[in-house]
Amino acid sequence: MNGVNAHRRDLVWQNIAIATPYLWLLLFFLVPFAIILKISLADPVIAQPPFTPAFDDAGELDLTFDSFTFLLTDKLYAITYLRSLVMAVIATLLCLAIGFPMAYGIARAREEVRGLLLLLIVLPFWISFLLRVYAWMGLMNNHGAINNVLLALGIIDAPLQLMYTDFAVFVGLTYSYLPFMILPLYATLERMDPDLVEAAQDLGASSTRAFWDITWPLARPGVIAGCLLVFIPAIGEYVIPYLLGGPDSLLIGRVLFDEFFANRDWPLASAVAVVLLLLLVVPIVFLQRNQARDEEGAA
Amino acid sequence: MRSAGRFSFTMLAFGYAFLYVPLVLVVVYSFNDSRIATIWGGFSTRWYGELLRNDQVLDAAWLSLRIAATSATLATILGTMAGLALARFGRFRGRTLFSGMITSPMVMPEVITGLSLLLLFVSLQQLTGWPGQRGFSTITIAHTTFSMAYVAVIVRSRLAAMDDSLEEAAMDLGGRPLRVVFDITLPLIAPAMIAGWLLAFTLSLDDLVIASFVSGPGSSTLPMYIFSKVKLGVSPDINALATLIIVFVSAGVLAAWLATRRRA
Repeated sequence: MNGVNAHRRDLVWQNIAIATPYLWLLLFFLVPFAIILKISLADPVIAQPPFTPAFDDAGELDLTFDSFTFLLTDKLYAITYLRSLVMAVIATLLCLAIGFPMAYGIARAREEVRGLLLLLIVLPFWISFLLRVYAWMGLMNNHGAINNVLLALGIIDAPLQLMYTDFAVFVGLTYSYLPFMILPLYATLERMDPDLVEAAQDLGASSTRAFWDITWPLARPGVIAGCLLVFIPAIGEYVIPYLLGGPDSLLIGRVLFDEFFANRDWPLASAVAVVLLLLLVVPIVFLQRNQARDEEGAA
Repeated sequence: MRSAGRFSFTMLAFGYAFLYVPLVLVVVYSFNDSRIATIWGGFSTRWYGELLRNDQVLDAAWLSLRIAATSATLATILGTMAGLALARFGRFRGRTLFSGMITSPMVMPEVITGLSLLLLFVSLQQLTGWPGQRGFSTITIAHTTFSMAYVAVIVRSRLAAMDDSLEEAAMDLGGRPLRVVFDITLPLIAPAMIAGWLLAFTLSLDDLVIASFVSGPGSSTLPMYIFSKVKLGVSPDINALATLIIVFVSAGVLAAWLATRRRA
């Protein structure tokens, strides 16, 4: 009898182990989204906090779609969302173009050096993100290392304007998110049997053909995961465009930040967040599906 | 085959140069005597001295370290529970929502996480009076929330890769589930928990955007201080600070790597 009681007590503990993180996430992850949604439907007022309550003094439900209407009719916001989307796509493709050959090279390297090569990919990730972006400020400055080298070599006569351009933002995004691309790519490429490519070549396929027919389809789960892991955070990026981009290169993360802090328009900032979230729901669900399928495949 | 080998070698060399040249240059320029950070004015360690006399930097660093240690510990506890629940406790009610909530914070744009948590804290304050002041506690809660996701994923994948025969043998021998967790499972996943703690610690030290949302006046973390300075351009004492961080982190990561390699 004692054993049964002890067992029941253990089940209680098991439930506590589930309930504690569950409640934490409900309170600090899910409820906040409900609040964003609620505030996005309020009116901005000059008060503390600066928005109208969901129920007015008479107890009537008082919600408005004004912020969303404003967001959808003002062309500036549509352009900003589109710009963020395009920049995130380009950064993702750049990461893929650099990351794929690197991941492939690591996966095919000798086993003794593979660990070290991977470590060197992960290492920058442990060093402050902000400082890594900052490092490029010194590099791309008008008197920075890149311009100095190009001037000394006589390739250019006057310093190139690199900082505060879209080019600088792409460099920053690619640089910061490259490890997110390489790691999932490496994971799938490393599982791949190199004999398959060799067999295809023995059967007369060119190396290009072997790549597109064998390597690429097999690497697809890694490509999808890597692209989404770069694309999703890149679209809301705030720091990189702020530090490296020009004043006119408005991206949605910066707009949200400014609406909230500079303009103190909380409902509009919340509406910006809601629309951004709606844009991201599809890729996020897609990523989780891909991840679940990959886990099943590996198991 | 040989040309493919040369191609991937070139790409690797180019890729690693891309990753490391900017960091090396920051280290070099941190020893630059000139106040204009991009012009070489001779070797000097003066910026390190100025850094160590700067109380603002030291206060911000101390606050950041306290937040990182606390949130990493909380995240490891909560994340390990979540990882265990997902990998070992079978099906339970609300499992789909749970696993969705675990992975979502990792991909959520920081501006959204930051904004949503700030709005939560403001609403809580209206309703309950807590948190009266935003700072250490609110930043710690925010960091715990997003980093517990990483711990949960690491612990869960470690458990998934691990054979559960040891745990089953212990159960068959009459071990109670709770004893089995503490005597068998936790020691086996300890490396994953340590890795998770270190990752959570680093993520917390790294975060600028979320902390900017949920902190209050007077509580600046180290990234917030750095950001307020580098907004204005390259600055020599930030080079020195960056060098210290780069050297510390690299030494730590390399040491950890060597230690695990020797054991393997």
